[in-house]
Amino acid sequence: MQSSASHAHTSATDSSHGHAHHEPGFFGKYIFSTDHKVIGIQYGVSSLLFLMFGFLLMLVMRFQLANPGKAIPVVGALLEKVLGEDMAKGGIMGGDLYNSFGAMHGTIMVFLAIVPVLFGAFGNYVTPLQIGAPDMAFPRLNMASFHCYFLGGVVMFASFFTPGGAARSGWTSYSPLASVTDLANRFDGQTYWLMGMVLLITSSLLGSVNFIATIIQLRCRGMSWMRMPFFVWAQFVTGFLLLLAFPPLEAAGLMQLMDNLFGSSFFLPQGMVVNGTALPVSGGGSPLLWQHLFWFLGHPEVYVLILPAIGIVAEVISNNIRKPLWGYKSMVYAAMSIGFLSFIVWAHHMYLTGMGTKVATFFQTTTMMISIPSVIILTALFISLWGGSIRFNSASLFALSFLPMFGIGGLTGLPLGFNASDIFLHDSYYVIGHFHYVVAPGTMFAVFAGIYYWFPKITGRHMNELLGKIHWAGSLFFMNCVFAPMFIQGFKGMSRRMSDGGTTYFGPDAGIGADPGVLGLNKMIFMCAIGLGIAQIPFIINFFSSIFAGKRTTSDNPWQATTLEWATPTPPPHGNFLQEPVAYRGPYEYSVPGAKTDFTPQGDKN
Amino acid sequence: MEIPYTYKARPDTGLYNAKVGIWLFLASEIMLFGALFSAYILLRVSAPVGFWPDVALAWPRGLLNIPIGTFNTAVLITSSVTVVLAWASLKMNNFARFRVYMVITVVCAFAFLGIKSFEYNDKFSHYVVRLKDGKALTGHIEVNGKHPGFWNFQDQWDVAKLADQKVDKIKVEVDPERDIHGHAKKHAGHDHEVREIAVSDIQFLGSYTPSTHPFFAVYFLITALHGLHVLGGALVLGYFAFPGAKMWKSNPEQFINRIEVGGLFWHFVDLVWIFLFPVVYLL
Amino acid sequence: MSQHSTSSSASHGDDHDHDIAAHVRTYMIIFGALLVGTILTVAMYYVDFSSMALTVAVALFIASIKAFLVAGYFMHLLSEKKLVYGVLVLSAIFFVALMGLTLWGSNDLPKNSVTKTLYVP
Repeated sequence: MQSSASHAHTSATDSSHGHAHHEPGFFGKYIFSTDHKVIGIQYGVSSLLFLMFGFLLMLVMRFQLANPGKAIPVVGALLEKVLGEDMAKGGIMGGDLYNSFGAMHGTIMVFLAIVPVLFGAFGNYVTPLQIGAPDMAFPRLNMASFHCYFLGGVVMFASFFTPGGAARSGWTSYSPLASVTDLANRFDGQTYWLMGMVLLITSSLLGSVNFIATIIQLRCRGMSWMRMPFFVWAQFVTGFLLLLAFPPLEAAGLMQLMDNLFGSSFFLPQGMVVNGTALPVSGGGSPLLWQHLFWFLGHPEVYVLILPAIGIVAEVISNNIRKPLWGYKSMVYAAMSIGFLSFIVWAHHMYLTGMGTKVATFFQTTTMMISIPSVIILTALFISLWGGSIRFNSASLFALSFLPMFGIGGLTGLPLGFNASDIFLHDSYYVIGHFHYVVAPGTMFAVFAGIYYWFPKITGRHMNELLGKIHWAGSLFFMNCVFAPMFIQGFKGMSRRMSDGGTTYFGPDAGIGADPGVLGLNKMIFMCAIGLGIAQIPFIINFFSSIFAGKRTTSDNPWQATTLEWATPTPPPHGNFLQEPVAYRGPYEYSVPGAKTDFTPQGDKN
Repeated sequence: MEIPYTYKARPDTGLYNAKVGIWLFLASEIMLFGALFSAYILLRVSAPVGFWPDVALAWPRGLLNIPIGTFNTAVLITSSVTVVLAWASLKMNNFARFRVYMVITVVCAFAFLGIKSFEYNDKFSHYVVRLKDGKALTGHIEVNGKHPGFWNFQDQWDVAKLADQKVDKIKVEVDPERDIHGHAKKHAGHDHEVREIAVSDIQFLGSYTPSTHPFFAVYFLITALHGLHVLGGALVLGYFAFPGAKMWKSNPEQFINRIEVGGLFWHFVDLVWIFLFPVVYLL
Repeated sequence: MSQHSTSSSASHGDDHDHDIAAHVRTYMIIFGALLVGTILTVAMYYVDFSSMALTVAVALFIASIKAFLVAGYFMHLLSEKKLVYGVLVLSAIFFVALMGLTLWGSNDLPKNSVTKTLYVP
């Protein structure tokens, strides 16, 4: 990408380097770079590729759900050839293959796509620029963090090709299933999953140390805490979530690895019988322990998914309404509260494990509490729109539609947060509808908004607006078509993770009087998922063609924005700023009374 | 622009970057070892009674050698002092003494690891033997004249392997019985009775490995993870004592800070052991 | 203590040396205290306390004192900046939450629950 080509030429800061600055070769510039912008792009490209891979996995699954027992056209034969007969005999998706696609779809989307694109890509690229820093506090650690992530991704991808296939016990990998699902192979897909997770967790830890230290230590002169853009606050809280919530999962992952490889019984209770034979382990372990340790990370993880997204939306909205964000301070305190509370709500994922009423009530209470700061943030963003001069471009359309989508996602979470209603809804399609509304039309719309918004700064070219609007319209329509029916299916009792599309337990022959229309919705969902995929084509075309042939920007600040990243040359050189930046005012000084223009940049002296 | 505050402190926080970084990392390590300690407690509290042969205990006690563990604790504490004295020597501009203290620190680290592997070896040669009549005993075993251990891992035995290899009898150097606190009942000396057991009487045979009991699973996991941290820390400190010491000439202040940061990590490793030792060895 | 890291050169005036020398003495005293603490910990092992809870409490109490000494003096936490305290307090809270809520969740089970017989015999 052109951005790093400017490394040698426009770097006006060479003279200020204390050491001899020799030209790095191809490897030093593109593969082993320590520049946060290059690393951000590396994260961005990798994560978007994984996103597409996870999407394709889901399409194959949805075909199976819409047409259980039928051979998948084209793809089915390919799967049988590559993965073997026991996975996809006759091109029909086997149960094990469905389960492994399901587990890996979740794992890839959460750990290899969304968090890396929000935290690794946008976070890395934009955060130092917005606080006026020359780079991250620990550039080499940053590079190590990317390579750990990449290796983790390779391990996860490779797990598809191991005998037995990829992990197939859900992205949640509950023991004992995760340890006994494939007794024939020691180095089964689950073992690869665990090794991949260790690498990904290491990458996250290194990254979070870097982000937090950078934001604390490298804010430029005048950049006080309450003058930071909300995007930076979001990344700061996210950093703490990753730092403190991941280690228990690492511990649990090591324990499950020992269960799988060394026959220990951390999570295996006494007296287990698998396929008629007693399992030759000592027993004495606790499956509940895995769940507690997993969800201790699992819950803060979902806030890791949403907070940077809200950060991006805040930036794009404030810029496109030409007025300051309403309630900036409340939003900041709300983000910090979400961060803190997210550590003590985790067992709402475990309401059905037979917990007692006191502890369930505790978690229910904290879960209800955490909805308050979320609503505060969403409300502040909505109120900000009032009286604004709203500009509708691709970026702002995505950012604005994030608001109702996240609203639906959040509100549908309430019945799940209440113990009583969760008894019916747990593990049903309602849950899938709920969380996908938050991450699919929620987080993904924020990612698209961010790409359209910052593309001109990164590449010096604009993306095509018409293609962007087509992309937006198609995505918004089809996202809702895919996920809204799932609420209905869930209310009607359809369980998740059924590889035959529900025919055995929920179909007309299941004998429970299930509504046949519920399974019929699967067909509609599949068609709309195809539609959603097609709606991304204008985006992919737009993205690549704009890099080479997009309309060149005529200024360093084409959106007339106020935050510091727009005060650099385009694209920013190594060291970012030509002279040391100073923050003279808050981040969203739009339409200041008496000012010449409708925006007053943060770094401008006058 | 150079990255600021790499060794000078930022005025409002009063810290240089690496110090912020290491404390953040240590905070995450608190969560890591905290999760492991929580797992230990949960597994212990929920262990089924009668799961361990000794006195119908759920959880084995008194299996770890306390004098050795105490000595290891003292070794680690010593290394903690020497690393902070190394840093203090640098502040007093005494490079030679710095190097001496660093060497002592690294030597202590490797002594700790050496003793640990001796302990591991002892575990792999200690067996639980459950007999068909319901009795059980523990101790070192001797099969075909050989004592299995960590370093000859392929000599580990179980019932299937004994049958395979057509072994009729094994010798067991039986441990003295322990009471509810894990104290050996016979205080007089270390008389270990050597008993010959017919293989046909044995229902289960397994050494003190992770697969035998969750206690060993947790013990090995926590101590191995801690040991890895000891090794990593020792390598980093060793690097700073010799090849990395070049920075003392070019940027002494940053070098002192590096030693301080390395020392902070080392103290954390010591801190974990301060809790590990009583929890796993004594309680 | 940490003011020293803001000084611009290692070879400073006599008063800094004197400060460091005083600190070295402190380190040796703490070292002695830690060794005593270790001996105490092991000695407690041979005392027969009436209940397990008391045994655990005593052992953890002694360990906490030792930890306080290492953290406070060797790691210079007693004179450290607020920011560091803040981060550590946060992780302490979450560690306690993890351990406490997990244990509570595994023990607060409904009366006559099947789970109870499986996990808490």
